[in-house]
Amino acid sequence: MAKVTDLNVNGKKMTVDVDATASLLSVLRNDLHLTGSKYGCGEGQCGACTVLLDGQPVRSCITQVARAAGKQITTIEGLERDGNLHPLQDAFIKADAMQCAYCTSGMIMAAAGLLKKTARPSRDEIIEGMNGNICRCGTYQRIVEAIQIASGQTTTKEAA
Amino acid sequence: MIDKQDIINELELDRFELFEKPHYSFAFDRRDFLKGFGLGIVFIVPITRALAQQRGESGRGAFNQSLPNDVGAWIHLDEDGRITVFTGKVEVGQNTRTTLTQSVADELHVPLSSVRLVMGDTDVVPFDMGTFGSRSTPTMAPQLRKAAAAAREMLIAMAADQLKVAPADLRILDARFVNHDKSKTLTLAEVAKGRKLVKVIPEDITITQPKDWMIAGTSVTKVDAKAFVTGAHQYTTDIQREGMLFGKVLRPSAFNATLVSADTKAAEAMAGVKVVTEGNFVGVASSDQQTATKAANAIVANWKAAPQPANAELFDLLRKPSNERRGGEGGGGGSRPQGSIAAGMAAADKKLEQTYTVAYIAHAPLEPRAAVAEWSGDKVTVWTGTQRPFGVRGELADAFHIPEANVRVIVPDTGSGYGGKHTGECAIEAARLAKATGKPVKLVWTREEEFTWAYFRPAGVIDVKSGVKNDGTITAWEFHNYNSGPSGLPIKYEIPNTDIRYHAADSPLRQGSYRGLAATANHFARESHIDELAQAVNVDALEFRLKNTKDERLRGVLTAAANKFGWGRTKPAANHGFGISCGFEKGGYVATCVEISLESPTGKEDPKNKRIRIVRVVEAFDCGAVVNPMQLKNQIEGSIVQAIGGALFESIEFKDGKILNPKFSSYRVPRFSDLPLIETVLVDRRDIPSAGAGETPIVGLAPAVANAVFNATGVRLRSLPLAPRGLEVKS
Repeated sequence: MAKVTDLNVNGKKMTVDVDATASLLSVLRNDLHLTGSKYGCGEGQCGACTVLLDGQPVRSCITQVARAAGKQITTIEGLERDGNLHPLQDAFIKADAMQCAYCTSGMIMAAAGLLKKTARPSRDEIIEGMNGNICRCGTYQRIVEAIQIASGQTTTKEAA
Repeated sequence: MIDKQDIINELELDRFELFEKPHYSFAFDRRDFLKGFGLGIVFIVPITRALAQQRGESGRGAFNQSLPNDVGAWIHLDEDGRITVFTGKVEVGQNTRTTLTQSVADELHVPLSSVRLVMGDTDVVPFDMGTFGSRSTPTMAPQLRKAAAAAREMLIAMAADQLKVAPADLRILDARFVNHDKSKTLTLAEVAKGRKLVKVIPEDITITQPKDWMIAGTSVTKVDAKAFVTGAHQYTTDIQREGMLFGKVLRPSAFNATLVSADTKAAEAMAGVKVVTEGNFVGVASSDQQTATKAANAIVANWKAAPQPANAELFDLLRKPSNERRGGEGGGGGSRPQGSIAAGMAAADKKLEQTYTVAYIAHAPLEPRAAVAEWSGDKVTVWTGTQRPFGVRGELADAFHIPEANVRVIVPDTGSGYGGKHTGECAIEAARLAKATGKPVKLVWTREEEFTWAYFRPAGVIDVKSGVKNDGTITAWEFHNYNSGPSGLPIKYEIPNTDIRYHAADSPLRQGSYRGLAATANHFARESHIDELAQAVNVDALEFRLKNTKDERLRGVLTAAANKFGWGRTKPAANHGFGISCGFEKGGYVATCVEISLESPTGKEDPKNKRIRIVRVVEAFDCGAVVNPMQLKNQIEGSIVQAIGGALFESIEFKDGKILNPKFSSYRVPRFSDLPLIETVLVDRRDIPSAGAGETPIVGLAPAVANAVFNATGVRLRSLPLAPRGLEVKS
């Protein structure tokens, strides 16, 4: 069976030894111990496993690892820069855009992909762009606000 | 001591899953057990009978586990001045970790950052029945406050002794003891240094009243928010252990199936695969998940199952009395009848009789059930996401015939539960595989397993018969809930003649606790029916409710929600409708105003049917003194969004012991595109002790939406979900 041996993850070259057909999610989580990306459904319906491939958001649970070979893979663990949180990570905290937070990594990565494509998305564009991600705790309103904060469209958080 | 009857009496009957018989029973073992603290000072809160009854919250687990221990909570101040609070509560997204930390910091007069909570680790925290029933805030927070308040006073006395000043001259400022002119100071660490003390908190400690709160009552962000947004937080599913294997359990062909035979040869021939069969249990373990799944798929099993009912027969089945008595008299529940229904109906100008139904729905927590189990001799440690760590410890002890002292359950902050994670089957399965392989085993249920083998929110049928006078006075109220449960049955309407009952039934599917329990079903039926009565006598829906209730808090939330919404000030636009509902449950009062619109169907939806879209929701909530306004708003918003699913489209489809829609692609949950504009109004009652708030805000949405649909179309929908395939509107 064909193998994948090299991956570019969060700017680093990583060595693995996995079947080409293995899901990118399982390789990230079980072989590279990058567990920020989550399993939620295994059918690309919930977005908890979202990572970026060359800046494009993909569902890593239904992406074979061979498809990621040779591309830049960005996971939630790769967003911080020099110990500073990414603006989306900051904004999620400011807007309190989580409860159990199991969906949060996938939400932030999907939002990162959205902001790469549309720097200042409207509310409707956010809703359309994020509709593949499920937050079962129902914090959607706060996630919309967080994305608005991160894209410089709202500076004040709701004071509660 | 608590006796079993206290627990049964306290337990809400809706918690069906806690009355189940054990799922597994494996072979026998035993071991010894020890625990302790390092240096520093430990403050212990003894349990009084009153407190014990307050926390008597469990069922099956409780019958099997050693009933406490006379300690309610403890707080440890270590030699470095760090304060660690130990509680059996767990964090599943309801923000208890942060709000309990706020309460302790508030009472100890120290910054939030000095306090750390250890939650849900059965070896180190005091016994707790479980995190459910919205009880952490009303019962755990006051216990921890007591411990903290007493700790503060005792520490001040010790510091005063060390500093040679009068205790009255000292206070705690920023984790330091200071006297009046700040000439003498001492850190917490300096007081704890070299001590090994256990202090028992006296009974009569006074805690700070809400009006004097400093840290509690404010919108602090989650204490571990950074770990969540960086992906660093370790959920159960993220835990790795040295030499860990991955497990997979073979599932029966249908519910209640028994294993006739299993050919495991092909699986056993796979390199590194271990197969375990015992009774109905067939599982495999391997060093990687893919191989474990392949091996499980290679097992050829024969299952025998009896024919089982489907959705179409459900509501007839639920009307049949239960074969098993459970809980109270005749398995029933409700309140004592008042007056005479016949007399009340005779006095009425208008009479109504209607039936309402609710479907089974799934919790679908985004983190499915998961466990990592590791044996060391005859002791087992299991990391698992459960709302009942001690209950699951009892289940594990039962399943393996070992003392509870040999079982340690550790609950990492968990990817949600909503009442769905009260049982320990995944923990037991992982432990069984770990025992057989002699290695740590991780087992993560697939989404399909989670949808199929967990338990559901009960389906139900509710019959309501009522009478009303033309002036809007309700004269009779007869209410029968079949199967879904007794929570939320009591009313705050002033009705002279009432007969309100819950009737247990034999559910064809496994059912159990779901956020708010049956209060959602009972509020849906009641508040829909109230709307029908208002309609029958042509009285405004808000006015009708106010006319029939004197309850000051219910009137308070109704008025607050209506004012914010603009009820009565505007008329809905074409194809729009307004609806209102109100209710109370678990010490909280809620009123909900909703605007819906009917929109053209999209995509795969039936082109004949209009889609119901919830445009705007205004919800007022009164749960007494508010501990954290931002987090409370978050809980209310989340409840509303989750409620949209059960109100509009969520429904479990089943046939012959199988779930027909066990995936997110076939079971629709609320998404961004379903999001209405949500406005919350907090009625902050600093004069009333805080009630829990994770559940009650969910009950108001469904009836308000049904009432708004009627307002828009004249069509009365009486089944949840209201319109999974849209609404046929004849123009």
